[in-house]
Amino acid sequence: MAHGILSQILDYSSRANPYPLYEELRKTPVFHDGTGPYVISTYYDIQSLLHDPRLSSDARNLAATAGDPLAEGGEAEETALPPSFLKLDPPEHDRLRRMTNRPFGPPHSPHRVDGMRGGLKDIVSGLIDNLGNTEDIDLVDQFAYPFPVTMICQLLGVPREDEPKFHVWADTLAASLDPDPDADPAERQRKTHDSRMELGMYLAGLIEQRRKDPGEDMLSQLAVGHGPDESMSTMELLSTAALLLIAGHETTVNLITNGMLTLLRNPDVLANLRQEPGLAVPLVEELLRFEPPVQLLPQRTPLVDIEVGGITIPKGSSMWLILASGNRDPNRFENPDRFDPYRKDIQHLGLGSGIHSCFGAPLARLEAQLALSELARRLENPRLLEDPPPYRQNAVLRGPRHLRIACDGIRA
Amino acid sequence: MADTALDQLKRSGRIVVVGASLAGLRAAEVMREKGFAGSLTLIGDEPHEPYDRPPLSKQVLLGKADAERTLLPRRRDIDAAWRLGVAATGLDMAARTVKLADGEEVPYDRLLIATGVRARPWPNEVEAELAGVFTLRTREDGAGLARALAAGPRRVLVIGAGFTGSEIASACRERGLEVTVAERGNGPLVGALGGVIGAVAAELQRENGVDLRTGISVTALEGDSTGRVRAAHLSDGTTLECDVVVVGLGAQRNTEWLAGSGLGAGPRGIACDAGCRAFDLRGIVTDDIYVAGDVARSPHALFGYQFLSLEHWGNAVAQAETAAHNMMSESTDRRPHLWVPAFWSSQFGVNIKSVGVPSMGTEIMITQGSRSERRFTGVYGYQGRVIGAVTFDNGRWLQFYEKQIESTAPFPPPFTTVDRRPDGQRPIPADFPDPSVPTHGPTITLSGYSPAERRIATFTPAGH
Repeated sequence: MAHGILSQILDYSSRANPYPLYEELRKTPVFHDGTGPYVISTYYDIQSLLHDPRLSSDARNLAATAGDPLAEGGEAEETALPPSFLKLDPPEHDRLRRMTNRPFGPPHSPHRVDGMRGGLKDIVSGLIDNLGNTEDIDLVDQFAYPFPVTMICQLLGVPREDEPKFHVWADTLAASLDPDPDADPAERQRKTHDSRMELGMYLAGLIEQRRKDPGEDMLSQLAVGHGPDESMSTMELLSTAALLLIAGHETTVNLITNGMLTLLRNPDVLANLRQEPGLAVPLVEELLRFEPPVQLLPQRTPLVDIEVGGITIPKGSSMWLILASGNRDPNRFENPDRFDPYRKDIQHLGLGSGIHSCFGAPLARLEAQLALSELARRLENPRLLEDPPPYRQNAVLRGPRHLRIACDGIRA
Repeated sequence: MADTALDQLKRSGRIVVVGASLAGLRAAEVMREKGFAGSLTLIGDEPHEPYDRPPLSKQVLLGKADAERTLLPRRRDIDAAWRLGVAATGLDMAARTVKLADGEEVPYDRLLIATGVRARPWPNEVEAELAGVFTLRTREDGAGLARALAAGPRRVLVIGAGFTGSEIASACRERGLEVTVAERGNGPLVGALGGVIGAVAAELQRENGVDLRTGISVTALEGDSTGRVRAAHLSDGTTLECDVVVVGLGAQRNTEWLAGSGLGAGPRGIACDAGCRAFDLRGIVTDDIYVAGDVARSPHALFGYQFLSLEHWGNAVAQAETAAHNMMSESTDRRPHLWVPAFWSSQFGVNIKSVGVPSMGTEIMITQGSRSERRFTGVYGYQGRVIGAVTFDNGRWLQFYEKQIESTAPFPPPFTTVDRRPDGQRPIPADFPDPSVPTHGPTITLSGYSPAERRIATFTPAGH
């Protein structure tokens, strides 16, 4: 288990504002307390490690003694489903990601995401229309969660009405990423394993149906599969589908919620966004820098001894790359703790970089842009009822569990 | 504070930029950004405001973009006097004036030369005039060739399999046109990337239906009675019927207008120091004439202080920014242009990128992926260090190799990487053609002093 500053970062009481801890961490750019992971917190180090071919994302390259609290789930996972491409290296990673990309983005499906614009707008409008009592809105439960879930279901071809079923599994699996110091590791491992198994069985049923009766959705297209690569094995398909389903709704929720929270804390920016919806584009980029939904990448392992900032990190060590800390590195960004959507120089790490950079980025960006500009336009005089709001337990996928706001009314 | 010469220049000086393309435009923008408030004149021999060239050999030929609509985006207003459609014809360094084709003389306090390169024409002028014979450099070239391809010719002949020639061949195949590529060397891209990678590129072309003929040159073009090209004669004695011919024999530097000016300019470009200040013929650095972009050649510490000329988009931008910065700075605030060469191309659905100077490499090692899958990283070695790298559909790793080049990391790389395959365990000869044999546009030209070279170049830097 991690000690000192790492356990403080993981501790729930730091969730609302981990940034002072990251600042502390950056004083030791390669932090290692002797037993835990090697923690990298400065922008340029993270940036180059994300492009370093000596670094593996495959937990099987982790030495048994790496002392990574996040690695414990590894073995159990493999008995349920093989690792998704998130946790694989090339060439397997490249092959699976390429096949997954065929029905999703350019060059083969250049209009997929943009073609969803109309549908996204309709869902956003519908959710805002139905916010109900404007004196007390929970923006997470009433908007930021149902929106991406509806979209990812539509995109994948997962029945929206099954949400209560897979929500529980997805939650457990997202939580398994979090090194919760209080949880019993054996119990956690069992729950994670069970959830993966059940989610896998659920998706297997859907895929079976799609094979017989394919539609326009991504599950159908992945199940049928064509292109120069051979198609995915059933197990690969299940892992990929599970990854898309979970990543597709456990991250955008936080991006939208963090976004609205930040806007309500910066009313001048909110006012500008209302006047000028196009501001949503640079604003979401700044948000990905300022409050990234994925705070850290806990899954990297050097294949050989590597040197970072004068420190030798031994082969097989566990490494954490704290993206959210790199994003606030004053050696890279001027006034890093200032939220400034007009910032010109905004090469953030919020969506990662290199071969594992966020697969769903184009969709996440579009969802957040539409959601925030519409909320800004339609909510009359919105205000926070609770600041800071209660956060989710997760330190990796960080975001408010609830965001209670009030407004004077809903504009047409 | 004392009113320095620099303050005066910034306030009311006259700056002339010759060359109204990418480098000229970016330099002008940076000068304004740095507070230059004087008069700014941009001179260009083409009648257009600066436009982007990479799409001309790609999207434009596919009919996906209009050659007329590739204007370069502006970062800011530059408030310039534009002299477009009129070429600079001479330079008087003593009088500080640029002479124009229309007889006018434009005075300057600081001059930036960014005249770039032009396509090397087909050497036989009569044959070059035949209808259906193209080069590809300007917007008009791109529009004309796009029209010719859209008309559905029965066969296109591309002479020269450098990057431009290969991109044109790729566009032809994507349009379903029959295309023959005639290359004097033993494969496509060999001048820039060597024979090992050239073999991969050759396979790529052939699999995509290109009639690739290597080790062959075109000896003559033949027209019909109406003055249209109808056939080409090849060095192996055969004749090829074709109704469109694209000459892709690389580029020539636009320096002729400087002949007799006393500036260190010649066929290989304009020599300048690392801060973009031009040298005169005697090897003395000027203080008021700067150079940027394809036409410049400057010494680079990472590559043995050889003089490097780069026909790279990114180099034009970076060098222009450095030149403009230095023009607006006191000598102590100037900075060197030490950009690591970087280049990309897109052909036959493959994204090709390179960094460093692969053509300096004597060995290559495939450190990731495999050549047979045409998804790989190749690292070039020179005297025990990493000197360049190339990727085919693997560009996300390139940043790492760029750092290896910058830090003169050892070659072969002593570590393993993800996606290392059995054929990537050891280096093999990179197989570059003999440098004394001319090739189609290598995109990087090394033209500096080398102790092994027993000849005097236009410019020779002092040994100490």
